[in-house]
Amino acid sequence: MTATLPAGPETVPTGPARGRAGTRAGALGRRARALYSFLGPSGTIAAAVLAAMLILAVGAGLFAPYDPNQASLLDAYQGPSMAHLLGTDAIGRDVLSRLIYGSRTSLLGPALVIACSTAVGVPLALIGAWYGGLVDAGAARILDLVYALPGLLLAVITAAMFGPGLTPAVVALSIAYVPFLSRVVRAAARQQRVSPYVDALTVQGFGPWRIGARHILRNIAPMVLGQSAVAFGYALLDLAGLSYLGLAVQAPTADWGVMVSDQDSMLRGHLLPVLVPGLLVVVCVMALTVLGARIAGERPERHPLWNRRGKRAGAE
Amino acid sequence: MSAEALSVRALTKVFRVADAKGRRAEFTAVNDVSFALEPAGSLGIVGESGSGKTTVARMLVGLEPATSGTMTVLGQDRSQPARKAADRRERARQMQVVFQDPYTSLDPSQTIGSAVEEVLRAHSALTGPARTARLTDLMDQVGLDTRQTAARPRELSGGQRQRAAIARALAADPKVLILDEAVSALDVSIQAQVLNLLSDIRAATGIAYVLISHDLAVVRQLCDTVLVMRKGEIVERGDCANVLDHPEQEYTRVLRASVPVAGWKPLTSARQAEPS
Repeated sequence: MTATLPAGPETVPTGPARGRAGTRAGALGRRARALYSFLGPSGTIAAAVLAAMLILAVGAGLFAPYDPNQASLLDAYQGPSMAHLLGTDAIGRDVLSRLIYGSRTSLLGPALVIACSTAVGVPLALIGAWYGGLVDAGAARILDLVYALPGLLLAVITAAMFGPGLTPAVVALSIAYVPFLSRVVRAAARQQRVSPYVDALTVQGFGPWRIGARHILRNIAPMVLGQSAVAFGYALLDLAGLSYLGLAVQAPTADWGVMVSDQDSMLRGHLLPVLVPGLLVVVCVMALTVLGARIAGERPERHPLWNRRGKRAGAE
Repeated sequence: MSAEALSVRALTKVFRVADAKGRRAEFTAVNDVSFALEPAGSLGIVGESGSGKTTVARMLVGLEPATSGTMTVLGQDRSQPARKAADRRERARQMQVVFQDPYTSLDPSQTIGSAVEEVLRAHSALTGPARTARLTDLMDQVGLDTRQTAARPRELSGGQRQRAAIARALAADPKVLILDEAVSALDVSIQAQVLNLLSDIRAATGIAYVLISHDLAVVRQLCDTVLVMRKGEIVERGDCANVLDHPEQEYTRVLRASVPVAGWKPLTSARQAEPS
């Protein structure tokens, strides 16, 4: 629906030729440096931590020394050793392996939440910002209503209605996080909406969908990404909390929230199986918040994601 | 079919506003404005801030619905907002606009080249190398080199950005171009360059201009005929040199006397508005 005119075959590179100067390695180095100068030291550390988590989660089978659910009562409550780097839990499962496998559910849950709430919240924000008036006011009031309900409460209600599990918790939190994303995005989109470049594009005959998706969204994308990262952290915390309460991920499954709820270990003064997953949650949330703030704070045209040249053309 | 490039009859715009006490009130920004512009003509609209000139421009290009009156461009009525995408595109090919502020009228995250190409892609049947050639032509026409074409607006000066905005407007190959204070934000030397550029383009392509400005010198340089607007109404009209040199209306005289020149003193009464 973006093009009403017959668009020809797009085989020929269009636009000004972008010189790919230098070797591949040189270009990669430049990209890395651009990324570092964009993220800053704290952002780079945060990104590295998250990247490491992601690699561990994806390659859990490769990195985990044991099966996360392999119980061995003889090995229960062992301290750290060469065989079990972080010791074992109440039924002798390897804590490190459970942490590594647990990162899968612990990261997948919030990822689903953020994907859903972004998919709903961002279009809602764009539509409100574009049309303004009653449409905008209506959307804003509905979002206020949702915002008034704490996400955790919504999740508890859902669990009570549909039974505990990851899916109802994710659905509940997805709904609860829509306003969190939508409000901020709406404000930014509104700013773009009234800027003259949108008028210029309108006069060029481009429709709202095209301008919204190709221009406004592009300009607010870093902000959306940043807000999503921060929301990801919160959702991670919420889901861990719900799993701790036994309302999301269920006990035998390796999950950070489930691991924190292992009270037996706590009562026996055996803290490692409980503290380490808790610490991981905290580290993840902190890294996401730092990274999110860093991404959102930058001006879109400076963003290394789409400013690939990274150098200036001379001005008069 | 009318022979006129642009014809406006009894155009009126009433805004609903809140008065000092917060009650609903009406404000007539443009009142019963009529004018016409022949193909390849050049019309200036002058007036102080708030005289309704920009509202006229915004109605013409469809950014603001008219309260009443008719607007016809190239013989086609556009008094009602375009409903279909095809209508929008067709109107875009008839008339384009260049806005005042070159700092905000270009998408900050898009390179100049891709902004112009996006328009070419939407409005011309050109593809592949032909489109690239047309892009190069347009950029040559406004005097931007390949490096500036590949740059984002942030990396360019005000004059360069305004040239880019002109190139983007011309990419739709319009028959009428509205220049809404298009050189007001530029400094004097760049202003002269852009005005010369606009003169050259008009000579080369036979495009018609509607130049909206508060700057009489700019209007004098580019326009054949001129309208003087005040409080939403046309108070004087006619041949550009004639109106500006021998204004009949007090208001035009005051406007003229407000232009600072060597030895100029701020005007305190209309008596002092005698040409020196």
